[in-house]
Amino acid sequence: MSEEMIRETYSEQDTYELGYSLGREAVAGQIITLEGDLGVGKTVFTKGFAAGLGVEEYVNSPTFTIMQTYEDGRLPLYHFDVYRISDPEEMYEIGFEEFIYGNGVSLIEWAGLISEILPKDVTSVLIEKDPAKGYDYRKITIK
Amino acid sequence: MNILAIESSCDETAASVVRDGRQVLSNVIASQIDIHTLYGGVVPEIASRKHIEQVDPVVMQALADAGMTWDDIDAIAVTYGPGLVGALLVGLSYAKSLAFGLGKPLIGVHHIEGHICANYIEDPTLEPPFMCLVVSGGHSHLVNVKDYCEYEILGRTRDDAAGEAFDKVARAIGLGYPGGPKIDKVSNDGDPVAIDFPRPKFSDNEYDFSFSGLKSAVLNYLNQCEMKGIPIVQADVAASFQQAVVDVLVGHSMQAVDMYKVDKLVMAGGVASNSHLRAAMEKACADRGVRFYKPSPILCTDNAAMIGAAAYYEYKKNGCSGWDLNAVPGLKLGERV
Repeated sequence: MSEEMIRETYSEQDTYELGYSLGREAVAGQIITLEGDLGVGKTVFTKGFAAGLGVEEYVNSPTFTIMQTYEDGRLPLYHFDVYRISDPEEMYEIGFEEFIYGNGVSLIEWAGLISEILPKDVTSVLIEKDPAKGYDYRKITIK
Repeated sequence: MNILAIESSCDETAASVVRDGRQVLSNVIASQIDIHTLYGGVVPEIASRKHIEQVDPVVMQALADAGMTWDDIDAIAVTYGPGLVGALLVGLSYAKSLAFGLGKPLIGVHHIEGHICANYIEDPTLEPPFMCLVVSGGHSHLVNVKDYCEYEILGRTRDDAAGEAFDKVARAIGLGYPGGPKIDKVSNDGDPVAIDFPRPKFSDNEYDFSFSGLKSAVLNYLNQCEMKGIPIVQADVAASFQQAVVDVLVGHSMQAVDMYKVDKLVMAGGVASNSHLRAAMEKACADRGVRFYKPSPILCTDNAAMIGAAAYYEYKKNGCSGWDLNAVPGLKLGERV
């Protein structure tokens, strides 16, 4: 996806639904990078995305295990959270390449921390707040 | 029966020798070993996940601390899930080779079952059935332990684990890592009812947890204070956040105790070390005449002694694992693969 799309959401439900629609459209081999500050709604977006893929399991934060796979949806979902990664090299230790070049969909939270080892062709999702537009307002940039 | 157990599911490489599931003869965790001794004075840049470099010296240390040789060991136990696949595989491959080479049984153990069984070590008189709250950096489960090796999950987190919320909130209010102990300490000087943070509950499963929304509520509160120019009282935010977590954990646990009419409540996992949670749970149990059990901090953290305890009961009930035992990163509690 090279063109840029900006969506504005005004509730958690909107953010969830945007994630859901992306999950429905996701294709095998796709890599989605997800960025945004703590508490901005990455978890809500991810839950929607997984539901859109048909995953019925609870999607728990993989902060401690770095990644978690879900096989019960339309495509396998590889959910990464690289928040605790201090050196991108550590990603190779968990077999990162086998997943991102695999047949499932990879969703990577805090992807900026490992940007040097990511392929160029990714769908990036950035969630931002703008306090001037209210506490629940989110600007979501997808490109 | 002497079991040598190995744990490497996340950050810690650990090994232990446990007798009959209850008596710890040695308990070694890599992060506690003097690195200078381990590497002969040369200190490399060691990432926490370098299990492969640590597993051999840690196992040897556990055997030596127990004052044993391989002839004294009756079985080899190892965590095979859940966890980080690469980390699990180091411990599992090592344990398999060891067991095969020595001609001794291999026993695969579920990491969370290990946390629960840490209580068998802490109190050798504890017997199932009991209700167990497992709360750590990576897990939040409310489990009905019906018998040895028989677990019914009543509730679990739908997003973040309790310990993870502690870490992230600690970071947001400038306390740093590790978040749990720091929030615990700072809260002593704070007002737990200063800020009313949400205590989420689900209508379709009242035992489930959710901590991501609570974390977001804390961050929203901080943002609002900043915008309105209201000074942030770190201790009050910490204490109010912690109170919300404690209320939910104690509330859910007591609801389960009442519903299932059990007379014992057991805590496990790293967050079980939180002093406010311990005090609140102890009081709630005392009010009901329910006996309260909690492991000492060394058994709350990831360790191998708990794996040795779980392995003993697993072996007695289900025998040993096959040589084809594999690491299962998403292993469910109570599942046998």
